[in-house]
Amino acid sequence: MPEYQTFEHDVLVIGAGGAGLRAAIEASAGGVSVGIVCKSLLGKAHTVMAEGGVAAALANVDDRDNWKVHFADTMRGGQYMNNWRMAELHAKESPDRVRELEAWGALFDRTKDGRILQRNFGGHKYPRLAHVGDRTGLEMIRTLQDHGVHRGIDVHMECTVITLLKDGERVVGAFGYERERGRFRLFKAKAIVLATGGVGRAYKITSNSWEYTGDGQALAYHAGAELIDMEFLQFHPTGMVWPPSVQGILVTEGVRGEGGVLQNKDGKRFMFDEIPDLYKNQTADTPEEGWRYCQGDKNARRPPELLTRDHVARCIVREIKAGRGSPHGGVFLDISWIKGKLPNADEHIKKKLPSMYHQFKQLADIDITKEPMEVGPTTHYMMGGVRVNGDTQMSTVPGLFAAGEVAAGLHGANRLGGNSLSDLLVFGERAGRFAAQFAREHGAGQISLAPIEDAARRALEPFERNGADAEGPYQIQHELQEMMQDLVGIVRREEEMLRALDGLQQIRKRARQVAVPGNREYNPGWHTALDLENLCTVSEAVTRAAVERRESRGAHFREDYPNKDAAAGKFNLVVRKGPDGSMQVRREPLPEMPAELKQIIEEMK
Amino acid sequence: MPQATFRIWRGDAEGGKFVDYASEVSEGMVVLDAVHKIQAEQANDLACRWNCKAGKCGSCSAEVNGLPRLMCMTRLNDLPLDQPVTIEPMKAFPRLRDLVTDVSWNFRVKEKIKPFKPRPPDAPDGTWRMAQEDVERVQEFRKCIECFLCQNVCHVLREHQKHEEFIGPRFLVYAAALEMHPLDVEDRTQELKQAHGIGFCNITKCCTNVCPENITITDNAIIPLKERIVDNHYDPLGKLIKLFRPKT
Repeated sequence: MPEYQTFEHDVLVIGAGGAGLRAAIEASAGGVSVGIVCKSLLGKAHTVMAEGGVAAALANVDDRDNWKVHFADTMRGGQYMNNWRMAELHAKESPDRVRELEAWGALFDRTKDGRILQRNFGGHKYPRLAHVGDRTGLEMIRTLQDHGVHRGIDVHMECTVITLLKDGERVVGAFGYERERGRFRLFKAKAIVLATGGVGRAYKITSNSWEYTGDGQALAYHAGAELIDMEFLQFHPTGMVWPPSVQGILVTEGVRGEGGVLQNKDGKRFMFDEIPDLYKNQTADTPEEGWRYCQGDKNARRPPELLTRDHVARCIVREIKAGRGSPHGGVFLDISWIKGKLPNADEHIKKKLPSMYHQFKQLADIDITKEPMEVGPTTHYMMGGVRVNGDTQMSTVPGLFAAGEVAAGLHGANRLGGNSLSDLLVFGERAGRFAAQFAREHGAGQISLAPIEDAARRALEPFERNGADAEGPYQIQHELQEMMQDLVGIVRREEEMLRALDGLQQIRKRARQVAVPGNREYNPGWHTALDLENLCTVSEAVTRAAVERRESRGAHFREDYPNKDAAAGKFNLVVRKGPDGSMQVRREPLPEMPAELKQIIEEMK
Repeated sequence: MPQATFRIWRGDAEGGKFVDYASEVSEGMVVLDAVHKIQAEQANDLACRWNCKAGKCGSCSAEVNGLPRLMCMTRLNDLPLDQPVTIEPMKAFPRLRDLVTDVSWNFRVKEKIKPFKPRPPDAPDGTWRMAQEDVERVQEFRKCIECFLCQNVCHVLREHQKHEEFIGPRFLVYAAALEMHPLDVEDRTQELKQAHGIGFCNITKCCTNVCPENITITDNAIIPLKERIVDNHYDPLGKLIKLFRPKT
């Protein structure tokens, strides 16, 4: 019988980034007891890395903006694979969620008349991103954290959940460990909200930290929940490429929003070479028009650098593959050129993009006010994830909710920049509200001991192995990352992905033989070993869905099927665990959109 | 590839020692890269905190060659690699394991500070109007990534262990951000003076010197707070006026 401490909460939130904190605050406001589990210390989650801003049709800068335009932009950006209900709710509710942050102490940059300032971003028709320089995510997480700590929420810091516990169909608890002493913890809960973020650690080049090992997706999958859209993984077009140790660190889209341009080694602005049909009417014809757009000219259309991320990333890959890349295998991103356009451009850049200035100066010896940056695509964001009800955020398992990156639906085949911070707020709030409601309407469930014993035994096995085929966890993790990067990356081919599926089987076998030295007290080797299983599960889901989508759409690009296929545009791919334990993928027709929403999309074309 | 020696403190609350690890060094590496490399190749159980690896989350605070730094923002080519690079945990907090310390005290302190309390909205739609200029003053403080390096070097905490009487520079900055927030109407000066122990700060500016976000902690946050307290609690003119004001 394993030893563990037991905690009881009406609602347990797993993950303490923007979505988790917002959910916890709302659940607590719903009059139930709330516990929140964070894998790191409170306030360190990946939300702090979000730079550019939070998208909301406040119409403070351009009064032509409203929820309908935001809805249409989100659907167009997602190639119409989005859950239309989520896109509708998101566009309608994000302005209130942003204003609410201000009431809780957030200090956004201001317009001249003292309202919240908004900036341009890729795929958004009007300036829509409320922001604080280029550290919007930090402002958001700190505001939520500081508001949340006064609401009686129990915080379990540095704690990782390894399995969800069910009573019949319903989720009634979670089992995990705390890092400090390595002791097990049992959480009994009437409802659980997953807010664990993404899967970036499945790839070698990523903007994500060690935490993002697909925990929530894998926990939900093993609990019987459905995943959806797992083939749609966003590669952010601009990550750092040099020096090697900083490869993958994010360079905000805000650089392009402020007028930054992409150039190849010949100094050519290659983004003008190819404009997708969906965006022909909205894209500038000349560099001059693009610059006027960045300066707020309402009659100008946006420069091609501000096309959607999937497209920009692919254009960059095309330049690099054609031998027109920068010395270290990227392309150039230049903001210093605006010196010729603006007085005091140096100061302007430092003020608008302070952390980018700092980051390049300190890590790459580059002064971005004077010279171009070298950038290339980096694994950034999972559009897919746990399939949820658009209104309540409940998964297909009763009592199990999901919000933020771990949930799927809002972004379809490609997410617009700025739509994740608003996603966290809108659906964090909804998940918290409906989880509290579920908890009020349901009693505590029965927790059986067998799955706890099983999870504890498996978790401790890595300490006992010392056989000839036992390996360290980091080696296995690195090999998985290299393989996913090479075989299931930005440009995909069936034959490579099938090789990846074989490779994943081998890696999973090795992961089950992983050995770690030392003891249970704050042992990162052990934590890495335990995360491997989740990485394997989400990698398999990404790969199987990517094989099954035989077309190119949004973030999913198939070299062997380079075009969009109208028939494939009519279904989502759903992944779930079959009765025999194997992973199953099935097609499911997109839900029918109501006529009034269809009309909005038509009007905005 | 060139090699360097990393002298890393290994141990727990009971005690420990420095252990030398030789490791390869490549262009652009930061201290955290070296720690990760050693963790992956030589010491799987080497404990350290990290998240963003871009100076934005404030998790990887440590003392590198005796100086409080974020490991992710400390370039190896700025250090003399002909000598061992020493890496040890922050000293103002209890040690847990290797480079990880128990920073939970900071989270408890924050809860004691009165939360944000805004004035009624300025506009009928429930929103406020603020000038960019007024916002910027507080935005400087809100850049804080809570790395706790300022707490680590503050001698009131580090040498004198006044954790129960003094909230430290991080939370003076936090209180300043609230007090100077254009919308906030709460008064925290009484607590700052007493329970939060602002008087312990004798403005040696050690905190300002180590702040990775370059927040001017002492001059822009602590000194104005001290002035505000003096205004509210020691103002002789105000006292005189109060004395002669007819009692209501």
